[in-house]
Amino acid sequence: MRQFELEKKTTRDAFGAAVFELAKEDPKILAIGADTTGNLGMKDMAKEMPDRVINIGIAEQNMMCVASGLAATGYRVFGGSFAPFISMRSLEQFRTFCAYPHLNVVMAGGMGGLSAANEGVTHQCPEDLSIMRTIAGNVVVYPADTASTRAVVKALGKHEGPAYIRLGKFSFRKVFDENYKFEVGKANILEEGKDVAILACGAVIYRALQAADVLREQGIQATVVDCSCIKPLDEETVLAVAEKTGCVVTVEDSTIIGALGGAVAELLGENLPTPMKRVGIKDCFTESGDLDLLMDKYGIGVQDIVDGAKAVMAKK
Amino acid sequence: MENELRRLKKTAVQVRRDIIEATTHGQGGGIHVGPALSATDIVTALYFKIMQVRPEEPWWEERDRFIISKGHAYAVLYAALAEKGFFPREELLTMRAINSRLQGHPAYHKAPGVDMTSGSLGNGLSCGLGIAMAMKKQGIAHKKVYVMLGDGECQEGMVWEAAMAAPAKGIDNLVAIVDHNHYQSCGCLDEIVPLYPLDEKWKSFGWHVMEVNGHNMNDIVNKLTIAREFSGKPVCIIAHTVKGKGISFMEHNNAWHNGTCSEEQYAAAMKELDEQEAAIEAGMM
Repeated sequence: MRQFELEKKTTRDAFGAAVFELAKEDPKILAIGADTTGNLGMKDMAKEMPDRVINIGIAEQNMMCVASGLAATGYRVFGGSFAPFISMRSLEQFRTFCAYPHLNVVMAGGMGGLSAANEGVTHQCPEDLSIMRTIAGNVVVYPADTASTRAVVKALGKHEGPAYIRLGKFSFRKVFDENYKFEVGKANILEEGKDVAILACGAVIYRALQAADVLREQGIQATVVDCSCIKPLDEETVLAVAEKTGCVVTVEDSTIIGALGGAVAELLGENLPTPMKRVGIKDCFTESGDLDLLMDKYGIGVQDIVDGAKAVMAKK
Repeated sequence: MENELRRLKKTAVQVRRDIIEATTHGQGGGIHVGPALSATDIVTALYFKIMQVRPEEPWWEERDRFIISKGHAYAVLYAALAEKGFFPREELLTMRAINSRLQGHPAYHKAPGVDMTSGSLGNGLSCGLGIAMAMKKQGIAHKKVYVMLGDGECQEGMVWEAAMAAPAKGIDNLVAIVDHNHYQSCGCLDEIVPLYPLDEKWKSFGWHVMEVNGHNMNDIVNKLTIAREFSGKPVCIIAHTVKGKGISFMEHNNAWHNGTCSEEQYAAAMKELDEQEAAIEAGMM
């Protein structure tokens, strides 16, 4: 089974650094945080471009509407706070004042999924992807590591309309390098196999790859797809791999209700009913703890993916 | 000035006629008529005296901006925009109806002249703060952002997040106007959660505060002119108003927070407005 190194930097660091890169090229880019510009890797940008990084104070709803006002006056705004405060506390402000007017506001939710880890349930946010994908016209992305985060931010810098990007708190495993390609609405097939398709996003993509290794040792060939762009979902690719393999497992450190697993189930249910398993967090609250241990405890272990793959293969 | 005041007062009467017309014959159903009428004189002064806007070029980047944060008073915004020439007056009858540009609450960019989405209370001042910050960055800080808040809306915590942040960020191109008509949806504000001392609250947050009789055009124009020229702090104008102002049976009557006029009520309201116009012509109002 392949091993993946923990990165030195976090996807939050990568987010701020990429926004800084964009800002050097595009004078219309502004950054905003609710006492979170430091947490979102924007310190360097704030030092060099103090007038283009706004710390509005600990007031996420105000931040969201200020971002709306900035964008309605011609700016492209990259902002963020922790995932529960973006996707829940200031959700209405994002929905009504950023997304409804289809403004160029990209909001980052740091500590998304389980990544807040030892911070506990108040700061964890397995619900963010599900919530943010219900908003009309909103792009929802969950990159796996720093290299892919950079590519995602660069792509969103050219995208017209609102977007949400889930970031982690602690370092993720390095899966991709600077050759990573990201396009809004496109998935990447990482490995091809005929027996089962494993669709994963974000910090657990490495676990999907590890599960494919375990399955291979048992004679099972898995297709592994990087579905970091949860919305718009790459329907063509998802349907193609489902058709080819005849069974699907989704993997994410999100609630199984409505996130990547929900999106894939909706698509397959309507177009190509296919045995599937959603590997993710069941309908429960989690707890504090180390990220890897939390994932193992709450049903997102490599063995959970392997078991899921075998279960859906048996239903073919 | 006297001629100008007469012109503004007559325009306000016409805006009220438009509101009553939509409240009676509009295709969209119940209109929030009371909260529109309390704001009518101020909104008229803004669009016909204070703000620089271009109906033929509604998204002109250097325009002054107006956000009706108490978005349920959409009828006065739409009527003022129509009278100003942003779209035909007849279109007012479509407000809130299907296929209309005039959404149930204002929607940014859907109708020409609507500078920001509103209707969900408590958010407009923050949006205005963002616009004001952007205008400063763009070097058009001589133009202002005017945000009209309901007094009941000031019960929303987010109003005070924006109120705290604006002076801290050096913003002085933002004017908040509180339409203090003393009513909210379920009754009298003073009996639900009072705001007093409202002026002291805004002052303590770092705003320059003025009060105005929100139905005295001379006073309104004076205070808005001061606000437009003011620098160094954001400005809050507390406007003392009457809910339903201008139509006797609607004044101070919260049953007209939202409603539809019968033909009899329509005739009575229009008669009152005709009488007001005659009184303005005669120099009696």
